[in-house]
Amino acid sequence: MSAISTSTPSVSVESIRADFPILNETINGHHLVYFDNAATSQKPMQVMEAMNRYYFHSNSNVHRGAHTLSVRATDCYEGARDTVARLLNAASSREIVFTGGTTDSINLVAYSFSNGLLKAGDEILVSTLEHHSNIIPWQLAAQRCGATVKAIPMDAQGNLLINSYRELLSSNTRLVAVTHVSNTLGTINPVRDIIAIAHEKGIPVLIDAAQSVPHFQIDVQDLDADFVAFSGHKMLGPTGIGVLYAKESWLNQMPPFRGGGGMIQTGSVTIGNTLYNKAPYKFEAGTPNVAGAVGLAAAIDYMNEVGYDFIQQQEEQLLHYALEQLQQLPEVQLAARPEHMASVFSFNVKNAHYSDVATLLDSQGVAVRSGMHCTEPLLSHLQVNGTARVSFAFYNTLEEVDVFIKALQKAIRMLS
Amino acid sequence: MLINDIQDQLVEEFELMDDWMEKYEHIIHMGNELPPMDETLKTDNRLIRGCQSRVWLDAKEQNGILHFEADSDALITKGLISMVVRVLNNQPAKDIAAADLYFVDKIGLRSHLSSNRANGLASMIQQIKALAVHFNSAN
Repeated sequence: MSAISTSTPSVSVESIRADFPILNETINGHHLVYFDNAATSQKPMQVMEAMNRYYFHSNSNVHRGAHTLSVRATDCYEGARDTVARLLNAASSREIVFTGGTTDSINLVAYSFSNGLLKAGDEILVSTLEHHSNIIPWQLAAQRCGATVKAIPMDAQGNLLINSYRELLSSNTRLVAVTHVSNTLGTINPVRDIIAIAHEKGIPVLIDAAQSVPHFQIDVQDLDADFVAFSGHKMLGPTGIGVLYAKESWLNQMPPFRGGGGMIQTGSVTIGNTLYNKAPYKFEAGTPNVAGAVGLAAAIDYMNEVGYDFIQQQEEQLLHYALEQLQQLPEVQLAARPEHMASVFSFNVKNAHYSDVATLLDSQGVAVRSGMHCTEPLLSHLQVNGTARVSFAFYNTLEEVDVFIKALQKAIRMLS
Repeated sequence: MLINDIQDQLVEEFELMDDWMEKYEHIIHMGNELPPMDETLKTDNRLIRGCQSRVWLDAKEQNGILHFEADSDALITKGLISMVVRVLNNQPAKDIAAADLYFVDKIGLRSHLSSNRANGLASMIQQIKALAVHFNSAN
């Protein structure tokens, strides 16, 4: 991507695709069309090379040794933290905790809250749109302290009902945890309003940004979010690395999630007691995923070079074109059509099982996800057992949408 | 016909096809040919766990011979069931219990199917074999 400058007009999908070797794979005799980006995005060479470079020249443990490689590794790791802080416009890198992924980030907050910040009778408010990873950690936390989990309802098109949300906020609500973008329907939630409404009552808000950070700019200060969780692997980075952004004031009052090396105040550990390191280190017990952080930073650099303007423009075009094409197929039913959508949607083919649709698409080289997408409450609300899901990334093309539509037509013919 | 003769016949049918779309077409065709299952038999205790789609299986024994009825809400899965039923229906329980169902690997089903579906197929075969062992030891 060396030919691409930071100004958007010179970015082209062709030059971007050349950076993603896996897009040249042949699947079942067909050229791969990868439309399962909401599960895991593909990685550009720049990310893989940055990780290789780290292992070739800098690999060591961080924050520990006095030798040169340890200093290099620490610089790589803390440099990655700075890169994430800049991406989110965090007030300080101290507000960035590296985790194993979105699920890990949410479990950290939920566990920590259940350890002193929640009590019997308290309520945690999630939404019907949530991924299981933004429901179950709260259930576990609630069970530990006798709290309850409630959900903001949605309409039949997957839009959250903001008036009901206002009514559900009570003097017992301790935290609101909502997704920015639905991984199943693509709904973009009005998180700025959701945060402002909760803050009127002094209630903190956690945003599950796993499906938004890969697609558009998030400014945590502008949103005034208390917590933001996301994963590296959905935004061109490696698996096993994720981020928890949290306001420093929250990190300072939250107890640690895991104990171990690196999270203590040196000289404070006795068999009976320990004083903890300051945030974010208090939350990063054990040897961290340094190579993962390096890969994530390289992914952010890559996305910055492409630019969110280009990413958004490309993905909006793909979404509109795909929805337009699908409208021509009377057998296809969208699971919902939210008012504001990111580049992901779910559908079913009349009288056909979603797993059959996905299998026949795969046989023609088109990768989509099928099933419940870890959103069972959402699908129960829509009264469907499952769907096939298409999710785009900015390296996808309109020609690939054409291939998908043709493959889908063939699948429909075979299944009818 | 013996279990292995039917398996060989099935493998041969698939050998003529080199494209997986063609193979799926054949699997779907076999699914459509599967005799309909009595709706009253589609109960939760006849559901086979481990499938993304729903699969029902009913087995009856008569003089040591097993008879199967099965169905699924997914057509490709129904085709896979149809293959298993074709190989094992109306066979002695002791032969089913001892059978090596090599057609699954020879056709390439295990390597080609998604892990969900492959696991579903494996659960179905496991269930039939367990039933065969049960009926065999009961006699």
